[in-house]
Amino acid sequence: MNQLKVLWNGIIKENPTFVLLLGMCPTLGTTSSALNGMSMGLATMAVLIFSNLIISLIKNLVPDMVRIPSFIVVIASLVTILQMCIKAFAPEIDKSLGLFIPLIVVNCIILGRAEAFAAKNGPISSVMDGIGMGLGFTLGLTLLGAVRELLGTGKVFSLTIFPDSYGALVFVLAPGAFIALGFLIAIVNKLKN
Amino acid sequence: MKKLESTWYNMAIVLTFISVIAGAALAYVNEITKGPIAEIQQQNEAQAIKTVLCDDNAAITDTIVNGDVTLYLTDNGAAVKTVDPKNESFSGGLTIMVGLDKEFKVLGYTVIVSNETPGLGAKASEWFQKGGKGDIIGRVAGQFKTTKDGGDVDAITASTITSRSFLRAVNNAYAEYAKVMSPEVDVQTAATNPNNE
Repeated sequence: MNQLKVLWNGIIKENPTFVLLLGMCPTLGTTSSALNGMSMGLATMAVLIFSNLIISLIKNLVPDMVRIPSFIVVIASLVTILQMCIKAFAPEIDKSLGLFIPLIVVNCIILGRAEAFAAKNGPISSVMDGIGMGLGFTLGLTLLGAVRELLGTGKVFSLTIFPDSYGALVFVLAPGAFIALGFLIAIVNKLKN
Repeated sequence: MKKLESTWYNMAIVLTFISVIAGAALAYVNEITKGPIAEIQQQNEAQAIKTVLCDDNAAITDTIVNGDVTLYLTDNGAAVKTVDPKNESFSGGLTIMVGLDKEFKVLGYTVIVSNETPGLGAKASEWFQKGGKGDIIGRVAGQFKTTKDGGDVDAITASTITSRSFLRAVNNAYAEYAKVMSPEVDVQTAATNPNNE
């Protein structure tokens, strides 16, 4: 029961994109389409689950004063492994996200959860937290990507809803990301209250 | 288990230990993925050559590497991998492959590396194809320019910079291939001649 609460917490109550506003760089950068947003969310989730697991396991072996460098080495190694695997086994994802994968290292969600959760809790709840936060992030990115893709190009997941020529280009570009994110946060806050 | 004290000795041991393990894990994964990555790159390139030459049985007779440009010569023409010589695409690093026949007509092209804006400049991979709005297939390369610059190729809507960069790269492919075909003539194109800007 308690574990489920941790999971739910990441998806709704402390959703990293809409509530904690963590990891804004990939949120704004990769969400030009729903598919890109979702792939980025899933890649981040994979890293987050493993980094939470490893860090909760080694937390007592790492002296406090070198805790951040140790965590960063763990996270950077995981991201590099992920990047090599994507390059080798999923070249299509590499084509659209290649540039953003290394940036997961400095994504504050991952170090944030390592510090705030995994360094204080056991491995099982840490993995649940990783899954919850990862799903919340994926959900946020997919939703933002879908909104931007729809308003910018008239498509969602490459399915045409209305013709391309009626799309507002601004939503595909960076300013549209800010505008769409702002409205989504407002809607989520309204729904929560 | 109690948390380790932050003594100099503990910190040095722990950091060394973590780095060694991380290094070993990375080396191991690199060893596994090295093969597939190289294979995918080769496949992509081989596939690109066939696509741009519109010939599934294209046999490469010679490969010439000249800086950023690679020419794959065949009996019926050449597939030229090239970048924009002025390197002024919208986000940098546009690499394309162009297939040219012996009369320098464009047989086909494909975008290999592109960091252009998704939904805008990234449309270059379809825009200039047969049936696209800026169709350049079957036309003689060398002097392509956008309508804005006094040429006759329609630029991608809202992506003039990408279009210019793309056409410069195509013209550059022509220039490089022409040099190989007739080395004694000094080839001037819209890509290399500054007066044409």
